[in-house]
Amino acid sequence: MNRQIAQLSILALAMIAALIVGTTYWQTWAAAGLADRQDNAIKLVAQFSIKRGLIRAADGEILATNRKKKTKSGQTVYLRRYPLAGLFAHVVGYSTVSRARTGLEASENDYLTGSNTNLKTILDKTLSQLRGATIKGNDLWLTLKPRAQRVAMAQLAGKCGAAVALDPRTGAVLAMASQPTFNPNQVETNFGAIARAGAPCRPASRLVNRATAGLFVPGSSFKVVTSAAALDSGRYNINSTFFDPGYCIEYGKQVHNFADQGNVERFGTVSFLEALEHSINAVFCNIGKTIGARSVVNGAKRFGFYKDPPLETPSNERDPSGLYDHGRLFDPKHPETQVDPGRLAFGQERMLVTPLQMAMVASGVANHGLVMRPYVVQRVTAPDGSVVTRTKPHKYTHAMKPTTAAALNQMMQAVVTGGTGTAAQIPGIKVAGKTGTAETGAITNPNTTWFIAFAPADAPRVAVAVVLQNQTGAGGTTAAPIAKTIMESLLSGRSGP
Amino acid sequence: MTLRNRELANLVIVGLLTAIGFASVYIARQAVVSTGSLAYAGFFFALYLAAHLVCRLTVPNADPYLLPMAALLTAVGLTEIYRLDPTDAFRQGLWIVVAVGALAATLFLLQRDYRRLESYKYLCGVAAIALLMLPALPVIGQQVNGARLWVHFGSLQFQPGELAKVLLIVFLAGYLREKREVLAQGRLKDFGPLLVIWGGAMLVLVETNDLGSALLYFGIFLAMLYVATGRLLFIVIGGLLFVGGAAAAYKLIGHVRTRVEIWIDPWPHIHTTGYQITQSLYSIANGGFAGPGLGKGTFTTTSGAQLIPSANTDFIYSAIAQELGLIGAAALLLVFMLFVARGMKVAMLADDGFSKLLAAGLTFSFALQTFIIVGGILRMIPLTGVTLPFVSYGGSSVVANFILLAGLLLISNRSNSVDR
Repeated sequence: MNRQIAQLSILALAMIAALIVGTTYWQTWAAAGLADRQDNAIKLVAQFSIKRGLIRAADGEILATNRKKKTKSGQTVYLRRYPLAGLFAHVVGYSTVSRARTGLEASENDYLTGSNTNLKTILDKTLSQLRGATIKGNDLWLTLKPRAQRVAMAQLAGKCGAAVALDPRTGAVLAMASQPTFNPNQVETNFGAIARAGAPCRPASRLVNRATAGLFVPGSSFKVVTSAAALDSGRYNINSTFFDPGYCIEYGKQVHNFADQGNVERFGTVSFLEALEHSINAVFCNIGKTIGARSVVNGAKRFGFYKDPPLETPSNERDPSGLYDHGRLFDPKHPETQVDPGRLAFGQERMLVTPLQMAMVASGVANHGLVMRPYVVQRVTAPDGSVVTRTKPHKYTHAMKPTTAAALNQMMQAVVTGGTGTAAQIPGIKVAGKTGTAETGAITNPNTTWFIAFAPADAPRVAVAVVLQNQTGAGGTTAAPIAKTIMESLLSGRSGP
Repeated sequence: MTLRNRELANLVIVGLLTAIGFASVYIARQAVVSTGSLAYAGFFFALYLAAHLVCRLTVPNADPYLLPMAALLTAVGLTEIYRLDPTDAFRQGLWIVVAVGALAATLFLLQRDYRRLESYKYLCGVAAIALLMLPALPVIGQQVNGARLWVHFGSLQFQPGELAKVLLIVFLAGYLREKREVLAQGRLKDFGPLLVIWGGAMLVLVETNDLGSALLYFGIFLAMLYVATGRLLFIVIGGLLFVGGAAAAYKLIGHVRTRVEIWIDPWPHIHTTGYQITQSLYSIANGGFAGPGLGKGTFTTTSGAQLIPSANTDFIYSAIAQELGLIGAAALLLVFMLFVARGMKVAMLADDGFSKLLAAGLTFSFALQTFIIVGGILRMIPLTGVTLPFVSYGGSSVVANFILLAGLLLISNRSNSVDR
């Protein structure tokens, strides 16, 4: 029988040896794949046992901090707390156990949990692990200025809309507001309250960052893009004259100017400057027809349209601006036949834009035609305060020639001094801007209103875009005062980036 | 060094390892556990010292490595159970006392000549079948996780299948020793008992809804049949019969079908039927190469909910693999392999057929049960709930395994004594 017992021994030992092989597979080969899975609760707990880095505003005010908690099983976990509730909710986002992460909490998770691959961070983390100490993440210092952010959020309160303020010289985001907002502290414990809360627009979409993911009809604010393309083409200059009969003929039909208080406006013979100053649709319609839809679309692309606007927030929280067809970004192969150039020129057609993109348009004009890459994270610091990484300003696109930018600057100043945007005037400071009033076709409160601007016009330090949904008034009366207030709050303090 | 002194030396090493294990749990989890944890190591060592003294009295010439290895496995199990739930560890500690008592009783009862058991083989067989059928009885039977494996007497519950396993091996050893010559001739009518046992295993499968136990009993039977007859054909036929039966079970029993589905791909069922296996795989994978150490693994969510249901019984291996990593898990499996090797050596050295069959059967049952549960956890075979010998939390399992250990000690004592 010993021969059989020997054979059985080999079988028995081989079975257990196979278990060692199987264990090796799961603990080495398959481990990385399992660790990356979203539903891996162990990894989730591990992430919450890390003391996440703080998120701070430009002046150091704390936007996200930690609450230490002991679980029933004796583990220490760090849950997030947002002291300013809804004020910075969309950019900062949230980090929760049950609803994952959004905003910078999601996209900068590696820095916040100390998982980034800088030598110093790896060293600190390994030492903490060896000592059994709590791993600490790196802190984020944002470019956002709390004062301007408070002003912007307060101005938009009770409305649906968004505002973005950039430093046109660097691309730093100084304020990014979206209303209605939500309290990120409620996401984990009382999500229903966020979902149920009403808003003056439908859908309320409180969690959506309208500044980067809200797509709105630009209306006349898009005329800045058209003007840049027209001036860049060399066919026109600031003094080019046009005749405005009050309408423009497209495909054999009359397209009328904006009907202010019931009467269609007629301006007669005007210069290019006056056409922008008074936002004359008929003139822009004809410019569009002359330079063609392809020129306008290409001009828009030079501002960054058709690309996700760059920012550190997650890419699924940013939408590209451009023509949209049936809910999808539409890049026409043959714009001559596929796109109506006249309506495109004054921002109707199927053009949809984000407030961030429009702020980039304003800052492109302000910065002599050069659009800087927008960024919101100024620097990342280690727990001991040393700098892990610092954001340097980068050029993003050449939107137009410097001479075009100079002319457009002058034209946009005229909008504020004597045109549709007089409500944005700031005493003692030259402001350049452009209004927009887009009709959405809704029966009540049909307008989406805009104001894009920069100031001081001769040495711009701030560029803003403000959008409001469901308005009855025009951009000059609704959005312009808000843009003005935001710019004032940014210009009254110390200057410099 | 005499055999028993060698055993004592090994037990001292195990005692030290146990002390280190409990100390590291204590250090890692001071917030939850008390200094009492260190008393466990002392208590544990005293208990095994007592078992050792019983061995000195009853089986002085037995293999000196079996008891220390069993002690090491129970120590690892108890440490991990303690880490998961100190209350369970206290109960498990009491069960180990009972088990050592059962070991001592078995050794004292059978120290003169365990081969007396051979004449009670049919009694053992009937008792085994009766025990297996207990959970199917209406009042005392209890269904857990879709399988009927438990019986309940008031607050006391136990899994009779564990004891039935040992009795079945005694019966098979006696029966096969007697019939091995006739069986080896391979006449058709001699296959009767084989078919009866196959039918019995299938009946157990249907009654208890448990593929794992059926596989275990039938695998033990085939292994012992092969050792007795040396005919591979029987094994092939038996294997085919089992596959046929399993296929029928797959068709007919929804519970079995679910188990197979989550074996093939558990991820789509992660929130339902596949929850346990996926959480267990996450646990194992999280251990990585070295593991975070005892007391530092993650078994609860941030809100304190348990991640792996029955982590201390069927899934104790996933818990150990997470905390001790590949190094620790592989070391544990190597101890299992050493135990198997020693057990098989006992079988080889035994000088009568009954002893050889008994030792080989007991050792193989130990190996196969380990393979069924750990292989199930590692998704090498469909997962079925059996305990990991000596390591898992559970009274009936620990007691049955100590009786199994007593059997091997008795057999090796006898063959070593004859040599001298």
